[in-house]
Amino acid sequence: MEEKLVTLTIDGESIKVKEGTTILQAAKKAGIDIPTLCFLKDINEVGDCRMCIVEVEGRRGFATSCIEKVKEGMVVHTHTPNVLEARRVILDLIISNHHKDCLTCTRSGNCELQVLATKFNVLNVEYPGEMSKHRIDDKSPAIVRDFNKCILCRRCVATCKNVQGIGAIDCINRGFESCISTVGDHSLNDVNCTFCGQCIQSCPTGALHEKESLNEVWVKLKDPDTYVVVQTAPSIRVALGEEFGMDIGTNVEEKMITALKRLGFDKVFDTNTGADFTIMEEANEFVERFKAEDNLPMMTSCCPGWVRYIEENYPELLPHLSSCKSPHQMFGALIKSYYAKKENIDPSKIYVVSVMPCIAKKFERERPEMKNNGLYDVDNVITTRELAKMIKQANINFEKLEDSKFDDPMGEATGAGAIFGTTGGVMEAALRTAQDLLTGKDLDRINFEAVRGGKGIKKATVNIAGKEIKVVAASGLKNARKILEEIKQGKADYQFIEIMACPGGCIMGGGQPIKSSKIRSEVDVRKLRAESLYTIDEKSTIRKSHENPVLKKIYKDYLEEPGSYRAHKLLHTHYQERPKYNFET
Amino acid sequence: MKTLEEIHSIRENKRRELDLRVNTKADTREKHILVCHGTGCTSSKSPQILENFRKILEEKNIENVRVIITGCFGLCAKGPIVIIRPEDTFYSNVRPEDCEEIIQTHIVEGKRVERLLCKDIDGKIVNSLDELNFYKKQKRIALKNCGVINPQDIEEYIAFDGYRALERVLREMTQDEVIDEIKKSGLRGRGGAGFPTGKKWELTKSYKSEQKYVVCNADEGDPGAFMDRSILEGDPHSVLEAMEIAGFAIGANKGYIYVRAEYPIAVKRLKIAIKQAREYGLLGKNIFNTGFDFDVEIRLGAGAFVCGEETALLESIEGKRGQPRIKPPYPAESGLWGKPTLINNVETFANITQIILKGADWFSTIGTENSKGTKVFALGGNVNNIGLVEVPMGTTLREIVYDIGGGIPNGREFKAAQTGGPSGGCIPKEHLDTPIDYESLKEIGSMMGSGGLIVMDDTKCMVSLAKFYLQFTVSESCGKCTPCRIGTKRMLEILERLCDGEADEYDVYKLEKLAVSIKKSSICGLGQSAPNPVISTLKYFRDEFREHAIQKECRALECQAVSKIEIDEEKCKACGLCQKRCPVSAIEGEGREKRKINQDKCIKCGTCIATCPFHAIGN
Amino acid sequence: MEEKNDENKDEFLEELIKTYLPHKDNLIQMLNEVQEHYGYIPMHAQKCLSEYLNIPMAEIYGVVTFYSRFSLEPQGKYKISVCLGTACFVKGSQKIMDRLTERLKIKPGETTKDGMFTIEETRCVGACGLAPVFTVNGEVYGKASVQKLDQVLDELMKK
Repeated sequence: MEEKLVTLTIDGESIKVKEGTTILQAAKKAGIDIPTLCFLKDINEVGDCRMCIVEVEGRRGFATSCIEKVKEGMVVHTHTPNVLEARRVILDLIISNHHKDCLTCTRSGNCELQVLATKFNVLNVEYPGEMSKHRIDDKSPAIVRDFNKCILCRRCVATCKNVQGIGAIDCINRGFESCISTVGDHSLNDVNCTFCGQCIQSCPTGALHEKESLNEVWVKLKDPDTYVVVQTAPSIRVALGEEFGMDIGTNVEEKMITALKRLGFDKVFDTNTGADFTIMEEANEFVERFKAEDNLPMMTSCCPGWVRYIEENYPELLPHLSSCKSPHQMFGALIKSYYAKKENIDPSKIYVVSVMPCIAKKFERERPEMKNNGLYDVDNVITTRELAKMIKQANINFEKLEDSKFDDPMGEATGAGAIFGTTGGVMEAALRTAQDLLTGKDLDRINFEAVRGGKGIKKATVNIAGKEIKVVAASGLKNARKILEEIKQGKADYQFIEIMACPGGCIMGGGQPIKSSKIRSEVDVRKLRAESLYTIDEKSTIRKSHENPVLKKIYKDYLEEPGSYRAHKLLHTHYQERPKYNFET
Repeated sequence: MKTLEEIHSIRENKRRELDLRVNTKADTREKHILVCHGTGCTSSKSPQILENFRKILEEKNIENVRVIITGCFGLCAKGPIVIIRPEDTFYSNVRPEDCEEIIQTHIVEGKRVERLLCKDIDGKIVNSLDELNFYKKQKRIALKNCGVINPQDIEEYIAFDGYRALERVLREMTQDEVIDEIKKSGLRGRGGAGFPTGKKWELTKSYKSEQKYVVCNADEGDPGAFMDRSILEGDPHSVLEAMEIAGFAIGANKGYIYVRAEYPIAVKRLKIAIKQAREYGLLGKNIFNTGFDFDVEIRLGAGAFVCGEETALLESIEGKRGQPRIKPPYPAESGLWGKPTLINNVETFANITQIILKGADWFSTIGTENSKGTKVFALGGNVNNIGLVEVPMGTTLREIVYDIGGGIPNGREFKAAQTGGPSGGCIPKEHLDTPIDYESLKEIGSMMGSGGLIVMDDTKCMVSLAKFYLQFTVSESCGKCTPCRIGTKRMLEILERLCDGEADEYDVYKLEKLAVSIKKSSICGLGQSAPNPVISTLKYFRDEFREHAIQKECRALECQAVSKIEIDEEKCKACGLCQKRCPVSAIEGEGREKRKINQDKCIKCGTCIATCPFHAIGN
Repeated sequence: MEEKNDENKDEFLEELIKTYLPHKDNLIQMLNEVQEHYGYIPMHAQKCLSEYLNIPMAEIYGVVTFYSRFSLEPQGKYKISVCLGTACFVKGSQKIMDRLTERLKIKPGETTKDGMFTIEETRCVGACGLAPVFTVNGEVYGKASVQKLDQVLDELMKK
């Protein structure tokens, strides 16, 4: 079908765009950036903030450019004195009710409001007045809500409700009293929040951020009695560089390792190796369950946001979850057992720090199940952003760092471990191992293209040893819900399901560098970061987890075999039904 | 279910039976005692009056007299109102204990109860409704049945041409013919903005969809406006019938009436009306055997002024927070659940059946060139005849305030009239002769609005009035868009500072600048019109703003912080009356001494001003 | 799961659920009935509706706090509403409201600690002919004044 083109004029430029394009998009095509604040492409297109207003000839009021579609012959002006004045007043009003403690704000320098205030030269607040006051919610181990900085753009609400299908937060009250809140203003800890942290990614200001724990890391690093080990998730290396001005998706693995060593960590390990362990255990578990037709479909369990979601919303389906811990938890457990024994270090003196692209990992770390011999598998989880801050605080010139490699003996990882960071990656890695396990051969088939890509739900049928295995990889909790509903209604015939809470997988996690609305509408951030992971995989000499020599050795020396008693004790866990709303009614 | 023939015969028989309601010379031995059951009279015990009448009639074994519930007669200031037909005797301010006397004297003895007869402003006793000045310049189209029929009896509605328009539309007209008729009539939306109704219908019809909706906006939220409620209370079927006609015209078979839960009487009567209409086959499947289906559901609002805005109303029907949507797309294209939806307000619908029955040509002879027909106003404030009035478009404000409203009470002067509620503006004395229609009102900085018309005398401070409206807007703003959410709050803060004597001239400048900005950049009608009360008072009463800002004075003595009440020594006769009445003992002086006000104690309640027999006290 | 929900449901809510289909658009209608029944919207009712209509509690809370007819707290034995519609305002109803808040020492929308009185602002009760008016539990007191309010308050306090 041929698409109809519409011709219009924006700031004197005549352009042709597809019918159905918004004025904002059309302007972008003409090289004109209309300022926005509440706009978040495909997620929040509501026109609330009024920053994107423009003049359309022959129209009485302003047009809302982020929503209004172009019309043939439309003449648009994006910066007339009227428009500029109106935008300045709007900005002034927003700032008049915004706690302006920029100097002490985690988002300073990466705040969309700050950028606009600079652009429009708001030097003083013309209309000062009463300001909203909100209690800061920092009860949860993962997310802090400081709605004194909220500008009511509702990007977080749209993300939580429409993208993730959760609705932990919503707009309450009305008029000047409006604010974003949970039910009854209870802590996020006590409501149906899964700690996916996508709201943080959506927030243009500092109203939502992770509960930072980097200061404890500094303390431990300076403590001579503590042996501080750090591990980094697959997704960190393809995003950390962005915090230092590098291109999106740049792989900075080797610089990152150098930086971590400079920070003073005693050992720098790769969670990708942990991911290989997860695959060993999970593929093994799957093969057994598949053969026994026991609790199929089996669902992955490496995403803590997803685990919290199913615990709260579909407890009856918990038996379908793999009992495997997530990679960094497995790895933490091994560091404090196998590695400690091998290196003869008192496990209670070891402090394991996980650098994660994830907010929910902060919650996962604290789960009581994640302990062995009274010690937590992992002692601290920091995000990619927190790591970047540490590097900056340590006065390290990141770009100029030389390269290093992960420490032995737990530094060697496979390409399979690397792709854990993207949606479909766990599935692909597991299939590589499962097919070899089921056939008893070393098969050439490595790539499973069907589960790659950015789609929210990717279904595939894989033929292994003459058997058809139906698999699905879903990312984003709203998509997860669709799959769970299918299972609940008996419509699902899958055997293996991968689910990641964040749309696109861990590379798009809540703890990753925050990209502005503008960048998100212009660049496919997910694709760039994912491509970088697949490149790592392609270049790896070993691309199947079960062929990782580190694993082979540890299984041989210590764990015996996947699913052994010791493997279960260290690498597996269990789940519990959780109330969605945990407060007195 | 009734057949067409049965409906016709009900109409014929019932009309004959009810002739006495509209014909003082009706050939009957019956009498009907009509007791107003509008909200106003109901709150002054008219249900008790009704019950008393019935009880006494039964006790006295009187036949041929029926006591009837009716909707609002309009002259609420005189309520509770009782009218006896066919002679059309108008009893005002009736109390439950008066019933005995009315039955005995009027019904039994055939004389009138003189003391309860309504008096006009000039003191003249009024024998019948039509003699009242209040009614002389009115023309009732939308309110045609209010006060005439029992709104809880569908047969009474049928008797007065009820459902005849629907019958004609369904049996004799095409969709386009109906729309053409409405277009030709020149009817414009009575909800405020005045969009041509026929055009709206045509537009909604033009969008193709399996499912369309007709919505009646009965979320009358203007403080001090009760036109729509009175129509629903007095003549609910006229709205139902019009919704069906609209449904036919645009191709919809489902209607919603969104009505405030704060209108329990209107809701109750609507429910009865819908039930009866379904029973008579006038609502539901295959109406008049024409294959046309239409049903109506009531949706209750829950207290949010913004839900009067059509897209917010749609959100609310869908069960959500009443936050307006951005237009375009308009509801005609994408409304309720994304389907083409026609939204008209109650009064607009109340005109439809008359246009169909009497023709567009008849309707368009009433009113002005661009504003056809009549408009219902809720007349209130400092005016003698508070109540509900319906006048032809083009009637001047002076006629409404003085001829119909009977002028300003207590010998005070007219200062301004406010139309359009929180979205409208103030009209000063110099514009009293402006003909009331959409364009003229807009030209002088106000707007038609839904029909609230509040008269203010010279004791009213215009800054304080602007503050009052902004308080309203701030508490009713939905909070969706920045200019309205924060901007109106900042405007209110400036106004509060003005009233507290803490603002300066620059604040007045900022206030005006902000007002203009909010008007242009807000999403919906509420935000866009929220600054109107400020803009219009600034336009006509800028001096008062300046006095508050510069001299720190409130000439109306309404703003306490900037009011100073003083006693004119020349005029004071030292009677001491003011001292006696002062609630805070702020007046000093003894015996023959001239009295003085202790400004620290004075709370500016104004009691002394009203008390002084020598008019010695003022600002 | 069924048993777990029961703590949120009493007889009234059981009945309410039976009268409405689990459609999202019924939320406000159901909340109106809840408000009518309890005099406020208790949290357990919000939870019950959240489960029945499959709407997150935060969204229901957002709706409850949006509409002024819904309250989150139980109302006082006597609910005194002062009309602040324009017609009443012009006739001095603000003074009545001021007096009321002064005497009961609470703000509009609040309830006295002893649970006796709730003050409310209303916009037009429809008795403009009697302006200014206030209502006590729905009963209209017309042509009101500060003195009349005092009288009524004194009487109610004696009870």
